[in-house]
Amino acid sequence: MKENQLNVPVIRIDSISKVYRGEGFEVHALREVSFNVEKGDFVAVMGPSGSGKSTLLNILGCLDRPTSGTYFIEGEAVSKLNEKALARTRNRRIGFVFQSFNLLPRLTAFQNVELPLIYKGIGRSTRTEVVRRYLGAVGLADRMENRPNQLSGGQVQRVAIARALVNEPSIILADEPTGNLDSRSGEEVMKIFQDFNDQGKTIILVTHEDDIARHARRILKFRDGSLIADEVVNERLRADDRIQEIEENEHVQEAEMAQ
Amino acid sequence: MNFYESLRTALSSLTANKLRSILTMLGVIIGVAAVVSMVSLGQGTRMQITEQIGELGSNVLTVVPGRTRPRPGMAVQAAQPSRDFNYQMYSDLKHMVEEEYIPDIIRVGSEINSSSIVTFQRENIRSTVVGTTPNYPDIQNFFPQTGRFFTSFELENASRVIVLGKTVAEELFGTSTNALGKNVRVGNVSFTIIGVMEPKSAFGRDLGDRVFVPITTAQRRLTGVRTIQSITVQTATAADTRPVTSYIEGFFTRRLGGDDQYSIINQQDILDTIDQVTGTVTLLLAGITGISLLVGGIGIMNIMLVSVTERTREIGLRKAIGARPSDIMTQFIIESSTLSGLGGIIGIMLGVLGSIVISRLSDMTTLVSLESAVIAFLVAVGVGLFFGIFPARRASRLDPITALRYE
Ligand SMILES: Nc1ncnc2c1ncn2[C@@H]1O[C@H](COP(=O)(O)OP(=O)(O)OP(=O)(O)O)[C@@H](O)[C@H]1O
Ligand SMILES: [Mg+2]
Repeated sequence: MKENQLNVPVIRIDSISKVYRGEGFEVHALREVSFNVEKGDFVAVMGPSGSGKSTLLNILGCLDRPTSGTYFIEGEAVSKLNEKALARTRNRRIGFVFQSFNLLPRLTAFQNVELPLIYKGIGRSTRTEVVRRYLGAVGLADRMENRPNQLSGGQVQRVAIARALVNEPSIILADEPTGNLDSRSGEEVMKIFQDFNDQGKTIILVTHEDDIARHARRILKFRDGSLIADEVVNERLRADDRIQEIEENEHVQEAEMAQ
Repeated sequence: MNFYESLRTALSSLTANKLRSILTMLGVIIGVAAVVSMVSLGQGTRMQITEQIGELGSNVLTVVPGRTRPRPGMAVQAAQPSRDFNYQMYSDLKHMVEEEYIPDIIRVGSEINSSSIVTFQRENIRSTVVGTTPNYPDIQNFFPQTGRFFTSFELENASRVIVLGKTVAEELFGTSTNALGKNVRVGNVSFTIIGVMEPKSAFGRDLGDRVFVPITTAQRRLTGVRTIQSITVQTATAADTRPVTSYIEGFFTRRLGGDDQYSIINQQDILDTIDQVTGTVTLLLAGITGISLLVGGIGIMNIMLVSVTERTREIGLRKAIGARPSDIMTQFIIESSTLSGLGGIIGIMLGVLGSIVISRLSDMTTLVSLESAVIAFLVAVGVGLFFGIFPARRASRLDPITALRYE
């Protein structure tokens, strides 16, 4: 069993389709998509607007069900799970970072990150320790008691990443986590993903920016709901280097301003 | 997610919307307060009446001429007196009881009432003159405070002795002790005062305005007729009143030649009737005010539905990170029952306060029983639970992706 699990891909989807039907329209958001994601991979999903990226991610996150096709998480068929088992899967196997409306506005950063642990049934003292550790890891140890409206967009995304990570899920799914951020904050978010990927976490990230996608190991390209390319990233960008570059540029600019 | 965490979540979202929570609770607060104070009024009235009837003497059957319906306060008025009772009937009945032809009766008394002016020197007062038998204090549970009641000897001799009610004595003499041994005139007959009764009232009416003389004296010297107005029978226990009633019926039917010639008023019947009436009134009050509690419950449901709609995205997000339908359901049910439970507690406090105010401002008695408070509280929580279930189910069934996309 143990050995078997090692060979099983974290994600396996087989000819997944998603059709939205309504009065007088029928949208094929995904058409017969199949691919595997192995443990420790870092996948960027790309494609023009409306190509089905979010639809795919929602299905992978067990938030939505495909119209047809099968989806296995660590070898287990998701279609066979009931509501309760789905909740458990979302809680323990998946960490989701949304593009917007990520955090509950009434709760502090600490309480937001604490939520998945509460739903998992972890005791209070352990929770406090784990939340501190992950908020520290995303560089927000000093902003724990702030509410989302007291945080910058980049900080909100980092809190959301911490929340996605606390239950040590098998997969981290992020839907355009850098979409609303400037390049500097975007790089900081990508650095966190790269660091965790280096520690062996599996990450799938949706983006429409080439620069962001090139931080990943692999890029899946979509058009009109079909998977049109599956490429390995040759010259991976390192967020560390990019941040350094940006800082240098800032210094140059400041120096110019001073003159 | 355990109960404690659900409670924390629920409380924090209630405190986030304090004004709304308070306004929502207001419906329940008013409902519970109304129920508690109105029921306390009903129960207080019932207690008061029951107590007063108890004071009138227990296990007493009163026989009056003619057909009459039992009424509280012993209104012994015959609708159409067919044949009057006379003293002979009283002494025959008494004789039969003494010879134990009729068992279980411990006392037989009789009464004749008239209205007259009682005069001492230049002071006078209108009073009800009660001609009765020496066992009156025992039967009516109404005793002399100073001096004594008259004796059988004085009854047989139609002595001119009188026992004054407290009010009469104080009007004429200032204090009761002053009255003892003095002479008063009733009409133009002179009586010697041998006692003054204790203060007493029944149904809010002062009984101190009565004066008591032997029934024989009243007949011979005051009214001049041999009729009597009522014959009273007392049994040892309440259980005895049923069999005794049928003996009495037999006696009077034979003597008067028909069972429509007299009525037997049973203290217990009156008590039961009053109990029934006040019980119904209390229930009615509870029912009417209960409707306001229902309205309060619908208010809660309304706000919970708004709250579910408003927080659709919150619910979606919670589900996305692993909340089970039952977690969401518990959260919302706890919210609604906390609203109603807290409203219930505040409502009980206000209701108790209200019933105190009612009894202070009016002469009505109120009685808040623990029972009614507990029931009102449980009903309130039940209302919250019941009206919370629908919104909570709605929330728990939301599809995560639809909820997240909700604008
Ligand atoms: N609930 C829905 N009902 C009908 N059509 C929908 C629904 N959700 C998505 N679609 C359609 O499905 C297609 C794919 O949508 P999706 O959100 O996956 O695109 P996307 O690749 O994430 O685009 P973007 O880059 O703009 O976020 C689009 O044509 C969209 O209009
Ligand atoms: Mg999208």
